[in-house]
Amino acid sequence: MQKTKVTICVGTTCYLLGAADLQELETFLPEDLKECVEVIGSHCLGVCKDNQYGNAPFVKVDDELIANATVGAIIEKIYEHRKGE
Amino acid sequence: MQDKNDANRMRKELLIRIIKDFMEDKLAEKIDKIPIELRPKGEPSSRCCTYKDRAVLKYRLMAMLGVSVEDEEDESKQLSSYLEDVLKRNSFDENILSVLDVACTSCVTSRYLVTNACRGCFARPCVFNCPKGAMSVIDGKSVIDYSKCIDCGICTQVCPYHAVIRVPIPCEEACPVGAIKRNPETDVQEIDFGKCVYCGKCMVACPFSAILEKSQIIDVLKAIKEKKKITAMLAPSVVGQFPVPLEQIAGAVLALGFTGVEEVAFGADMTSEHEAEEFVERMNAGDKLMTTSCCPSYVETVKKHVPGLLKAVSETPSPMRYTSQTLKEEDPDALTVFVGPCVAKRKEALNDPNTDFVLTFEELAAMFVALGVQFNAVQPHELTRPVKSTGRGYATSCGVSSAVLKEMKDAGRTDIPDINAQFINGVDKKAVKLLQMYATGKMPGNFLEVMACEGGCVGGPCTIGKVKLAIDAVKKYADGPGIPKK
Ligand code: SF4
Ligand code: SF4
Ligand code: FES
Repeated sequence: MQKTKVTICVGTTCYLLGAADLQELETFLPEDLKECVEVIGSHCLGVCKDNQYGNAPFVKVDDELIANATVGAIIEKIYEHRKGE
Repeated sequence: MQDKNDANRMRKELLIRIIKDFMEDKLAEKIDKIPIELRPKGEPSSRCCTYKDRAVLKYRLMAMLGVSVEDEEDESKQLSSYLEDVLKRNSFDENILSVLDVACTSCVTSRYLVTNACRGCFARPCVFNCPKGAMSVIDGKSVIDYSKCIDCGICTQVCPYHAVIRVPIPCEEACPVGAIKRNPETDVQEIDFGKCVYCGKCMVACPFSAILEKSQIIDVLKAIKEKKKITAMLAPSVVGQFPVPLEQIAGAVLALGFTGVEEVAFGADMTSEHEAEEFVERMNAGDKLMTTSCCPSYVETVKKHVPGLLKAVSETPSPMRYTSQTLKEEDPDALTVFVGPCVAKRKEALNDPNTDFVLTFEELAAMFVALGVQFNAVQPHELTRPVKSTGRGYATSCGVSSAVLKEMKDAGRTDIPDINAQFINGVDKKAVKLLQMYATGKMPGNFLEVMACEGGCVGGPCTIGKVKLAIDAVKKYADGPGIPKK
């Protein structure tokens, strides 16, 4: 089974507007997800420029972009991506 | 330090906006519209109405300009006209915090509240035990007569259902020295600056973000725009604030238009050296106790609340003072900006002729965002000024003591007295009592390190990094080699 890749943008915009709090995502993952998620930090994903900073922080779950990301929203998205696996 | 919430988010977005507009020469024209743009008609308001929201935004912006909200005499005076004044000023208000009265009225007046859990029981211990007869049962439920209630809390202790709760007033709860209190006439909290120790704990605690610090960001931006020589002095806690190495942070700072960037850690080295010497001298002269002096909020606490301890406080200047003094000696024309996690440093800097401005980490981060500076796109800047790893460790609790201890060992002196180091990690109400005990001379230890913020500067009120990660980052640098002398 393939791991779900979570990319947390830690560019300056996302970092100030919330990604600093997402850095500890791994510690908040429910037991059943712990083994099947890979969390990485990334430079600016480039979306803050077009979208204005209003929607930061941005996170990608596999290739899907989440705006205004929170720990809860990320976990929900991971489950959605893993459905059927 | 501040966890994610709407009030913090709003403050950050406002900061980003004014920085951006100012650097694009548009602030004067735009600033009066910001509250209206952010709270357009017809959209849900977060307070009672859109107009109040806008008023709050206006005052927040005033504080960001560094203007005292309390000083407003003419309500129709526009932000743009405040901005004009600000661009002409060359001194700052002594009172570095303001309570925003329109935002603060929302916390309960009484601390005790009967909840639905009350069963109007037969025993009625609350009614019987209330010393003022303020409790009675009406329609099967206990009711407090607030005109009689003296906030003693006996009812909460005797109710078998825990039906009476104590509702805290967050800012009062957080203040270690009882400096913030409700003014019974205006029903708004007021800070008594005769007592306040500038720890910033009330500011972090208030759920309405009603306590504002007066920023100097416009003054810094103005100097940058005028192409003045201006050096950012990064406090040792900086490495825990951004997810990249120090050299990259330094590079990003230069990309903002600062002409120089230095570590306050080298000033910390000077503090450790002198403090070690001072300790040896004092002990050999028969002193029983010496405490650190690098935390301005702690020093303020002693001055205002534990005067008996004042003579034990080290007279060695703080790392910020040594850093800015050195830089001014090297180049008197370059402006110096302390960048740190601290509210109290704003106050300390007002009395330090060599430190021109203070910025917080949050403000620095907002500058990165507003000016589009990304860490991966900047040239990392190699720092060359020698610093010891111990100087870099100042930002965590125990860091100062280990630096001073190491200095003493390294000095190779034989007349070194036995050292018994004690720590106070975070000044809260209890710690103030403990300090009072130290003042009586009855506590063990001859060297006392005190940090007003829990965890040390990494836990400061104006940080953006998570404390736990920040501690790890600082420790990594403190365990590293530093920058050796050539
Ligand atoms: S916490 Fe204090 S300052 Fe904030 S709204 Fe309540 S009473 Fe006012
Ligand atoms: S001492 Fe600290 S908590 Fe109390 S009023 Fe001053 S800054 Fe606020
Ligand atoms: S900083 Fe996250 S998208 Fe640009």
